Amino acid sequence: MILDTLDVPVQDFERATGWSVKPQGACKGEVCVPLPDRARLDGGRVDVTGVAERLGMPLVADDAHGLWALGPESLPAGHALTTAVAPELELPDFDGNPFKLSSLRGRKVLLVAWASW
Amino acid sequence: MREQVYPKGLEIVTVALDVGGADDARAFVDKAAPTHPSLLDQAHALDAAFGVVNVPNGVWIDEAGTIVRPAEPAFPGRNPVTAKFREMSLDGLPEDMADMLREVKKFKADPEGYLAMVHDWVDHGAESRYVLTPDEVVRRSQPRSSDTARAAAHFELGQHLHRAGDHDGAVVHWREAHRLYPENWTYKRQAWNFEDPVRQGRTEVYDSCWIEDVKRFGAENYYPPIVP
Repeated sequence: MILDTLDVPVQDFERATGWSVKPQGACKGEVCVPLPDRARLDGGRVDVTGVAERLGMPLVADDAHGLWALGPESLPAGHALTTAVAPELELPDFDGNPFKLSSLRGRKVLLVAWASW
Repeated sequence: MREQVYPKGLEIVTVALDVGGADDARAFVDKAAPTHPSLLDQAHALDAAFGVVNVPNGVWIDEAGTIVRPAEPAFPGRNPVTAKFREMSLDGLPEDMADMLREVKKFKADPEGYLAMVHDWVDHGAESRYVLTPDEVVRRSQPRSSDTARAAAHFELGQHLHRAGDHDGAVVHWREAHRLYPENWTYKRQAWNFEDPVRQGRTEVYDSCWIEDVKRFGAENYYPPIVP
């Protein structure tokens, strides 16, 4: 998640990371991690630093460009998948139309990553 | 393949991991003229989200949205490039190209075996012996350390800067991504390719290159064998 501020709307954080902010903490699938009070800001925003620390998400700064990138979680279990619940994935097709992986619920999906390089 | 499996309830979704955007991948897509969803992932988001570390990789997701096989080398049908390389003679090739081909010929890929697995899943669903439990899916997904998570953040910054026109700025972050996560081939191949699209060879820009890293990690590990 590319950031130019560390105080972001909850829904932006949720969409980019796949973690939902709930009363019991940040949740992905069946996994919930309690959040410190300071991570929840007024006006439906989250303090990225507070959430990142708890979820083991690296916050990498690029001072020259005034940007940060928030990386994926690294929890004690230590796997790329925190849960077997498929993350929502929204990507454009080759005409630029957005496509949501969840639109295929009810079908099996074989997701194939490839590249031109 | 899609014509066989779609009526039985399986959709194929292909995702091109190409920072360069639609133009880089379009020639392949136009040739294949897919009827399935064909998507573009300029940020290599599949790496962080699903644990993809090389291409081609496949992930199985069931009707309820549960992953039943995590990212693994996937060859839905014959991989024509590899087949072509296997049959190609090394005679008369420049030494560096011959060296690359020798390594490619050592790759382990079993397209027919993979296809049989997919068909078994299509026919037997949750009863297929290739469907894994949620715990096993998580356990088999790629290791995620603080370093590999950090590599993903650096790669994302790099692609963001590259797309904004600052390639030199991108290189700084891609070098860091490579250092932190040398086992991730998409971060490396993508970056090398911008400097040398023919061989992904040694340049002054990066401390590694395709042929050296294939030898370092072992060609037989480039596509790790699939564990049923």
